[in-house]
Amino acid sequence: MSARSALGRLLALGPLRLAALAAALALAAAANAVVGYVVIDGRLDGEWYDLRDLGFAVARLRAELDAVAPPALSYWVTALVGVGGILGFLGLVLLLGSWVERRLLARFQIRRGPNRVGPFGLLQPLADALKLMQKEVLVPRGADRLLYAVPPIAVFIPAVLAWGPVPWAPNMTYLDINVGVLYVIAVSSLAVLALFMAGWASNNHYALLGAMRTVAMMVSYEIPVSLALLSVVLVTGTLQLSEIVLWQEQHRLWLGLLLPVAFLTFFFSSTAEINRTPNDIAEAESEIVAGYHTEYSGMKAGLFIAIELGNAVVLGALVATMFLGGWSLFGLETWIPPYLVLAAKTGAVYFVLVWLRGTLPRFRLDQLMGFAWKYLIPISIANVGVVAVEAAILVRLDAPGIVPLSAFTLLNIALAVACARFAMPEPSGGPSAGRGASHAPVLTTVLGGLRASERLRSAP
Amino acid sequence: MSEQAVEPGDAAAGEPYILNIGPQHPSTHGVFRLRVAMDGERIVDMDMIVGYLHRSMEKLAEERTYTQNIPFTDRADYLAAMSGNLGLCLAAERLAGVEVPERASALRVIFAELQRIASHAMGNGTLVSDAGAWQTPLLYMFRERERILDLFEMTCGARLTTNYMRIGGVAFDPPAEFFPKLDSLVDDLPSCVDEYVELLAENEIFLARTRGVGVISAGDAINGSLTGPQLRGSGVPWDLRKAEPYCGYERYDFEIPVGSAGDVYDRFMVRMEEVRQSTRIIRQALDALPPGPHKTEVPLALRPEPGEAYGRVEGPRGEVGFYLVADGGPAPYRFHLRAPSLINLSLLRSLAIGASLPDAVVTLGSLDIVVGEIDR
Amino acid sequence: MPAGPRQLAGERVAAALEAALPGSVVEVHPEWVVLAPGRLVEALRWLRDSEEFDAAQLSSLCAVDYHSYFEVVYHLQSLDLNQQIVVKARTTSREDVSVPSACEVYRGALLQEREAYDLMGVGFEGHPDLRRLFLWEGYPGHPLRKDFLQLEGHHPGLPRFPFEEPGVQSR
Repeated sequence: MSARSALGRLLALGPLRLAALAAALALAAAANAVVGYVVIDGRLDGEWYDLRDLGFAVARLRAELDAVAPPALSYWVTALVGVGGILGFLGLVLLLGSWVERRLLARFQIRRGPNRVGPFGLLQPLADALKLMQKEVLVPRGADRLLYAVPPIAVFIPAVLAWGPVPWAPNMTYLDINVGVLYVIAVSSLAVLALFMAGWASNNHYALLGAMRTVAMMVSYEIPVSLALLSVVLVTGTLQLSEIVLWQEQHRLWLGLLLPVAFLTFFFSSTAEINRTPNDIAEAESEIVAGYHTEYSGMKAGLFIAIELGNAVVLGALVATMFLGGWSLFGLETWIPPYLVLAAKTGAVYFVLVWLRGTLPRFRLDQLMGFAWKYLIPISIANVGVVAVEAAILVRLDAPGIVPLSAFTLLNIALAVACARFAMPEPSGGPSAGRGASHAPVLTTVLGGLRASERLRSAP
Repeated sequence: MSEQAVEPGDAAAGEPYILNIGPQHPSTHGVFRLRVAMDGERIVDMDMIVGYLHRSMEKLAEERTYTQNIPFTDRADYLAAMSGNLGLCLAAERLAGVEVPERASALRVIFAELQRIASHAMGNGTLVSDAGAWQTPLLYMFRERERILDLFEMTCGARLTTNYMRIGGVAFDPPAEFFPKLDSLVDDLPSCVDEYVELLAENEIFLARTRGVGVISAGDAINGSLTGPQLRGSGVPWDLRKAEPYCGYERYDFEIPVGSAGDVYDRFMVRMEEVRQSTRIIRQALDALPPGPHKTEVPLALRPEPGEAYGRVEGPRGEVGFYLVADGGPAPYRFHLRAPSLINLSLLRSLAIGASLPDAVVTLGSLDIVVGEIDR
Repeated sequence: MPAGPRQLAGERVAAALEAALPGSVVEVHPEWVVLAPGRLVEALRWLRDSEEFDAAQLSSLCAVDYHSYFEVVYHLQSLDLNQQIVVKARTTSREDVSVPSACEVYRGALLQEREAYDLMGVGFEGHPDLRRLFLWEGYPGHPLRKDFLQLEGHHPGLPRFPFEEPGVQSR
C-alpha cells in the first residue's frame, strides 16, 4: 500500500473519528510524559504503588505478612496471587483473543466479523461460550468413556504451566526457576498426550488420523525447537528466562536478530506443535474434519478450540521472551510498564499467526515431515555449531562490546538469508518439476484432440 | 448407493481400514460420499456413493412441457444455472426448429459467460479451501461472484436458480441500470484475476500441494469422457464454443487456455484464464449488442415433430448436453441430461488409488463437482 | 431434420462400418446407425481407432425405453476431426435387456452405464462393476421405464419411500 492510499484511507475515517484518534494519542502522550517525569524523578521507584512492576506490591504484601504470621502463609498467599493473576489473564486472553482472531480474519477476508453482541461484538465469545455450555455433550458409541472425558481438561494443563517462567517485568516472574528453558520444552510436549488420548478414545478414524498426525509432528518438531532454544542458551549462558531477557536488555540486542535461524526455526516449528496454519494438518478441516476433536461436542469442543488460541498466545509470549527482548524495550520500559511491553510483543506475534492463518494454504503431512527431517534439523544442528563458536568468542572477550555483537548479528543474518536462498528445498520439487518456468496455461484457437495436444506440447 | 465394492480388512493385522468421507464432510461439496479403504494415510481402494440428492429429474421431465422443464436445469447444476438453461433451450430449439433473435443470442452469451465466471470463482475458491487456505481466497472470489449474482437478480429476480433462458430467446430484457453495472464489472474483472493469480499462483505451499498431484494424461482425459477445464487442463485444446459455435460464439474473438501437465494446478490455472477470456467475450458482446426483440414467440405447449436432438453447450464444468426424444406431444418422450460433474468423476477411482488423503481431497476439489448435477 | 451441425450422416458411417466389419450394421438412418449388439464393442473400437472417424471420446450414453425394446444411444465425438457420430444399440425385447458394455473401449462409460442400468434397467454385459448408481440395491424396478408407475406398490406422489415401513400400505 502506497503512502498516498494509506493517507486516503486515514482520511476516509472522517473528521470526527480522526479528531478522536488524535485526542486519544495526545492524551496518552501527555499521561506518559507526566508519569515519566514523576518516575524518572525517582520518587516512585521501588515503592509498592509503583504500577510499572507489580512485583513491588507483592513484595510489600509479603513483608507485611511475614511481620505478623508464619512464613508459610506469605508463601501461600503470594503463590495464590500469582496463580490468580495468570489464570485471570488467561481467561481474559481466551475471551478477547477469539474476538480479535475472528475480527482480524474477517478483515483479511473482506468481511466484517462479529459485530452484533455488545460493543463492536466484544461479547460474542461470551455468547458463544454460553451457547456451547447449553449443548449436549455426546459420547460416541464404543468410546473409552474415561479417556474421552479427560483430554479437554488435560489439554489445558501445559498451556497454563507454560506461563510460569515467563518474566513479565524485572520482579514479576511467577516461577523464576533456573531451568526455565528445559521446563518450557518439557511442559509444551505434554499436550500431545492429551491430544492423542482424545483421538484414541473417540473411536473414530478421523480422530485417530488427527491424533497420529499430531504425534508425528510433535516428535519431529520437538527436535528443531530444542536445538533453537539451545543456541539461545549458548549465547546467554543461562537457562533462566528472566536472565535471558536481562541479557537482551543489557546488550540492547534482541536475540531474534542475533540468531535469526534459531528464531525462524523456533517460530515455524512451534506453529507445527500448536497446529496453526500452515502446519495445521492435525485438524485439517478439508481432510479429516476436525482431527482429534472431531467427536467432541458442546463445551468440550469449545475447550479444545479455546486452548488452540491459548497455545498461540503462549507461543507469542515465549517468542517475545526468548527472541524479541521480553519486557525490555531499549530503556523505554522505565516509562511504559514492562508487562504492557511484553503483552504488546505477544500480541504482535499473535497477529502474525492470525495473518498466516488468513493467507496460507496447508502443507501435506509428508511434506512437513520431510521439511523437518531433511532440512530443518540439519540446519539447526549446523546453526548450533556456528553459535557455539560465536558464544565461545564472546565469552573470551571480557566485555562483549558492540563491535563483535553487531558483526555476529550481520554474519548470522547473512547465513540465514543464504540458507533460505540457496539451501531451501522447494517443496514442489523446484521450478523445473517436469515443466518449464512458465506457470500460465497456453492460449490457443486451434482445436483438436490427442494429436493437437501433442502438437501443442512439442511446440516451444 | 450400493456399498459392496470396498471391503474392510482386519485393522489389527495392518490391513486397510474403511473411512467414510461424507455424506457430510467439508470437502465433498455437498452430499457426496466416498467410501475409502485406507492404509495409514494412503488410499488403497475407493468407492463413490452418490444419489443422496437424486430427484428423478429425468422422469419428472417426461410429464412436463419443454418450457416447464427449464427450471429443472437450474436445479441440476445450481452453480451454473444459466448454462443448463441454455443447453436445454438449444436442444429444444433444434428439435422444434425455432429461430432465435440476434439480441437474444447476444444476451445468452453475456449471461452464460457471467455464469461461467461465477462458477469458476466458486470452483477455484473451494479448491483452494480444500488445499487448506482458510477460506480467504474463496471469499475474495465471492466478491466478484456477488456482483454477478446481483446482475442476475436485477435481470430475472433470482440469483442462483435463474430460469432465465426461454425457448426462442430469453425471458426478460435486462433493465437499463444493468448495463453500466456490467460495464464496470467487466472493467474490474481482469485486475481481480491478476490479484488471485498473484495471491496463489506463485505461493510455494499452493504449488507444493497442487503441482504433480492428480495428474490426468491427455489420452486418459479423452477416453474418460472428461470435458471442460478438466480436459483442457490435461492439454487437450477442446472447447464447444469454438468447435460447434452456438449463439454466435464464432463472432467473438477469444482463446482457449490449455494446461500442460494435467495436474490440479493446471486445472486451477485454466479456470483462472477462462475468466479472463470470458471477460473478453462479454466486453465484445456488450459493445455490439444488437437492438431488437429478446424473444421469438413460441407456443407455450410446444409440440415438436417426432424426432430426437442432442443440444450441448460448454458449461463451466464441461459439456452440458441434453438428449431429447420427441413423440409429437407437448412433453419430451425422453429427457436425458449429460451431466459433466458425474462423467468427470469417471477417472476419480483410478486417480485416488495410491494417492494420500490430502491429495485425493485436492484432486476431487479440482474436478469441481456439483452434487445437484451428479444426482439430478 | 434436427441434426447437430457437425454430425456425420448415418449412411457414411454405415458404409464404412459395413466394409470393415460386415454384419455389424442393423439399420441406417440419415442421422444415426443402429449396430448389432453382438458386434457393438468391435464396431466402437473400430470407430475409435480408425483414421477416418477417430471417435476418441464417448460424449454421452443414454438409454431410451421404446415399450417393446430398449435403445442405448452413444454420442461419439472426434476431437481431432471435430465431428460427431451417433450410434445406437437395441435390446431384442423388454425382457432380454442385455447390451454389451462399452467400458473396455471408453472408460467414460463406467458411470454412464451404471446410471442407465440403475434408472432404465439395461444390463451391460462385461461392465466391470455394474451396480446401481443413485438408488439402493433392492429398489424395486427401474424408474425411467415407461411402465414404472404401474409396478406393484408404486403410486405417483408416494408419501414415503417404498420399503421404509414394510408393514404399512402406502396411501
